[in-house]
Amino acid sequence: MSNGTLEIKRISGHRGGTPGIGVSRDYEVCKLVDTTTCIGCKACEVACLEWNGYDFRETTFDNTYQTMPETAWNFWNLIKFNEYTSEEGTTQWLMRKDQCMHCDDPGCLVACPADGAIVQYTNGIVDFNQTNCIGCQYCVTGCPFNIPKFNSATKKVYKCTLCSDRVGAGLEPACIKSCPTGCLHFGSKEDMRLEADKRVEQLKTHTSWKNAGVYDPGGKNGSPGSINGTHVIYVLGDARDPEKYGGLPANPSIPFFVTMWKGPLKWLGGLGIAFGVLGVFMHRVRYGAKNVEGEENRS
Amino acid sequence: MSTGTITRAASRVREGQVVRYAFDERANHWINAISYSYCLFTGLALFTPYLYWLGAVLGGGGTIRFWHPWVGLVYMVSILWMQSKWKADMRPIPEDRKWRGNIQNYIENRDELVPPQGRFNAGQKLFWKVMFWCTLILLVTGIVMWFPERMPRNLHGVLPITVFIHAVTALVTIAAFIIHVYMSVWMTPGSMKAMIDGTVSTRWAGTHHRLWYEKVTGRKN
Repeated sequence: MSNGTLEIKRISGHRGGTPGIGVSRDYEVCKLVDTTTCIGCKACEVACLEWNGYDFRETTFDNTYQTMPETAWNFWNLIKFNEYTSEEGTTQWLMRKDQCMHCDDPGCLVACPADGAIVQYTNGIVDFNQTNCIGCQYCVTGCPFNIPKFNSATKKVYKCTLCSDRVGAGLEPACIKSCPTGCLHFGSKEDMRLEADKRVEQLKTHTSWKNAGVYDPGGKNGSPGSINGTHVIYVLGDARDPEKYGGLPANPSIPFFVTMWKGPLKWLGGLGIAFGVLGVFMHRVRYGAKNVEGEENRS
Repeated sequence: MSTGTITRAASRVREGQVVRYAFDERANHWINAISYSYCLFTGLALFTPYLYWLGAVLGGGGTIRFWHPWVGLVYMVSILWMQSKWKADMRPIPEDRKWRGNIQNYIENRDELVPPQGRFNAGQKLFWKVMFWCTLILLVTGIVMWFPERMPRNLHGVLPITVFIHAVTALVTIAAFIIHVYMSVWMTPGSMKAMIDGTVSTRWAGTHHRLWYEKVTGRKN
């Protein structure tokens, strides 16, 4: 689904640098989801299907209002519902729009072996290019949010594109456009972060959400495995326990063994093989062959 | 030792030659070598972007993703067949310890100082053991990586450690493979002929595998 009008920042499985990087400045985009004003109408689910051209797929009824347990290869945007009993004994109906978080350091892209199957644009959108996807699902292994989904018929993996095709043409994503309560916002990362902070302040001052907070995990610390912040951020009514918002991970990171596998092991393995081949060659140069007495040897 | 080995050389066994590998052993060895090599090159293509071009040579990314596990199964079956065929010859014997004590002499080609060995020396037994156990680990981790979509979501936590173990184990086999190929192709003249035609010279047998030579021929010289 990758879009030619956007500027590419990083490419999966790609040796060497990224062509064209830094030729012009582009601000980073961000989607802000205010869970305190979401009413669970699912208009964003429908808008997502319509824009991306998928038919409405079969649903799973599990005694909740949730359309299905998790997102699917052809269902990228899912409102998660949770009936939660608070400390005061009141029932809270928590709803959260679940979709790709568009991590700044994406675990899917780090894990992907296929050249150009996953690209990250300078505006922060992480996009799958199914033409180059080989169906290995390493991205599933690398993602801390359970987002990439495999289609066993096409042997490709799919996920939310943050409507890269719309954004590339100067439009807002389809889900944002459909939201009737204004709980979905779209703009630059900087603006959305300010907007989120302002909303949290408002919630703390004027409502009973005294533990409200912004969910923008990872921060800009650059430590190994850090996803370095996301391009989808949430205002949560209670930020102490994001898990209760449909399993939002409290400390998402690229799995440790994925960073080891795609980091040191790749280099140690490559060097090991190179020195191994050189080593046996040098053995021959130093000690020659195992000649059997009385036999002519050709090699 | 099966007596079948005596009669299954590629051509008539001439004077001064001994049959070392029967036809079924040689055929299986090459099925094993080809399937391993395919998994090696496709695996390396998926391991590092600098070798992704190997995937293009072997049919393209989607193709190697499809075939790597299937060819891996062929390799697995071939390894199990070897295990059943060579189990007796791979059993530890007291001479293994003597060989290990003389490993320096063996590496530096002072073969006259290395004590007599059976059909396989202790080094070959070690290589076999490494490949056999690594293959089992590759199989178990490989099956998990083959169908991650069938895995329940609450077990997805094992995927990163699984791919990591698969890669590390493969690298161990590559180290063993480099030494194995070097020794057969370049370091020990005559061993390639043994695996293709099936025969070695009596001198070769007497030098490298004296106990085996004495056992199959009944000769002492």
